[in-house]
Amino acid sequence: MSEQMTAKVDVDLAQPSILSRRSPWRYLMLLAGLAVLVMLPYWIYPPVAMDILCWGLFAISVDLLLGFTGLLSFGHAAFWGGSAYCTGLIAITWGVPFPVAVIGGSVFAMLIAWPIGWLSVRRTGIYFAMVTLAFAQMIYFIANQLRDLTGGENGLQGIPRTFFGIDAVENDSFYFYYAGAVLIVIGIAIAWQVVNSPFGRVLTAVRDNPARARALGYDVEVFKIKAFVISAGLAGLAGGVFAISHGFASLQELAWTTSGKVVLITVLGGIGTLWGGLVGAGVVVTLEDYLSSSGFEGIGLITGGIFVVIVLLFRHGIWGTARNALRRFVLDRRRATRD
Amino acid sequence: MHEEVPALTATPLLETRSLTKEFRGFRAVSGVDLAVERGTIHALVGPNGAGKTTLFNLLTGFLTPTSGTVHFDGHDITGKAPEQIAPLGIARSFQITSLFEAMTLQEHLELALASPTGLANQWWRSVARLSRFRKRSLELLDQVGLADRAGAPASSLAYGQKRALELAIAMALDPKLLLLDEPTAGMGLEDVDRTIGLVKSLSAGRTVVFVDHNMHVVGSLADRVTVLQSGQVLAEGPYDQVRADERVITAYLGAVHE
Repeated sequence: MSEQMTAKVDVDLAQPSILSRRSPWRYLMLLAGLAVLVMLPYWIYPPVAMDILCWGLFAISVDLLLGFTGLLSFGHAAFWGGSAYCTGLIAITWGVPFPVAVIGGSVFAMLIAWPIGWLSVRRTGIYFAMVTLAFAQMIYFIANQLRDLTGGENGLQGIPRTFFGIDAVENDSFYFYYAGAVLIVIGIAIAWQVVNSPFGRVLTAVRDNPARARALGYDVEVFKIKAFVISAGLAGLAGGVFAISHGFASLQELAWTTSGKVVLITVLGGIGTLWGGLVGAGVVVTLEDYLSSSGFEGIGLITGGIFVVIVLLFRHGIWGTARNALRRFVLDRRRATRD
Repeated sequence: MHEEVPALTATPLLETRSLTKEFRGFRAVSGVDLAVERGTIHALVGPNGAGKTTLFNLLTGFLTPTSGTVHFDGHDITGKAPEQIAPLGIARSFQITSLFEAMTLQEHLELALASPTGLANQWWRSVARLSRFRKRSLELLDQVGLADRAGAPASSLAYGQKRALELAIAMALDPKLLLLDEPTAGMGLEDVDRTIGLVKSLSAGRTVVFVDHNMHVVGSLADRVTVLQSGQVLAEGPYDQVRADERVITAYLGAVHE
């Protein structure tokens, strides 16, 4: 029997949210989230706040594939890093306002994602992960070879933060955060819309039962490729803002460890929860920042340790576990009031 | 070529010619000529391993034939993909109940009904757009007696109800040909009789091909019966004639006493 027919994803997803689509609690939580977004650079060093948002959107892009389409990409660094370089080159060469450069980088990520997706979606599970990893490594080596363009191991230095001549945004990372956050929020909104669209419904159908989806007339491969390209575009958006924020793009952005880190963040936040990516990024980025500023050497040891603990104790990640707990609480209370 | 000739109503809706599927030298389906007439209920029976499910998978594109052809309603569908065959008007159920466990019944049917509309490609629209199929979904659920469970997740259904949902999903595609793979497998007597009634009522104006081991089901539903053994057609004809066929009796008894 063909692989497409039987392949299912063995991901244990959190229960669906107990809140209805139009529940007032949803709007309240959204408001609370926005408040945190606005206050973040007051609480922590603004470039770190920007990093959290970038990694958060990056993790959301991975979750769109892993949690909602059932594809574990282990090569998303290609899109994050590819866009980082492309964004940087556009900003350096043409001196356009940075959102234009970031969108250019994001489009570039989607352009390279199309052939990669087309070749990868024929495989599922671990094979899909390996194919995407192989392509990402290929792009890593290409970037390393094109020294004249990418700066090789030195990275691409001196990416300007051009923003319509508004001095505060161009030179103060506190104000830049808000300009960058707008792009990230647009990215999150796109991800949310995709998940909550008829298209997103088909993606979950493809995830849960590809054979049944095909028998209903849905071309599973086409849906997977589209999801892959959208996801790459979002990863590119995040990577572009990241490059502008730091003022440089390095080979680290394309390295397989970056692909691994974003998967870790996604799992930590909760697969198939979308918002979990932001929570996971918040934990991992602040922790890394705290540990590196304390001069501690074994950052990987700590983040790895936390990862192991969370995955073992809270299989559905931070957001997924919280959502399950809320669900149980509400259901228990409903049962209690009925009795 | 035959394909260019417009389909006459006199030609069979589904026709296979010397259809063969080999798996590493093992012939699961071997030179099967099958003709399913329009408006009939056609049963495929045979001992385990006779090639019934393989044949289903060949007809719906889940497997590609090694040789031979499949024609459906004037189209050559040999070697086409499931998602190309389904829109032509073939809907199938699966032997092992095959649902989207996390979705509600309503969502299953909305997804099936949205399939030919292209709405599913629109990622910029709200999922609430699917509610335009609500009325039709409820009608279909009502037909199979599941209207009161419309908002429940599929995973909460009892086994017999899941099979009924499978039928409703297949019907949502408004197929010319309905392929049912063991619609009564694993059911208790009561559910079997309910399913027989259901298939009867759903088959009005349609063509149905089904696989079943239960001779009671075959006898109550089928206009024609094709008996498969070791991937080949052993006998074909009306139920009573086939049941009396010496070779069929031997095949079945032989299979039982092995």
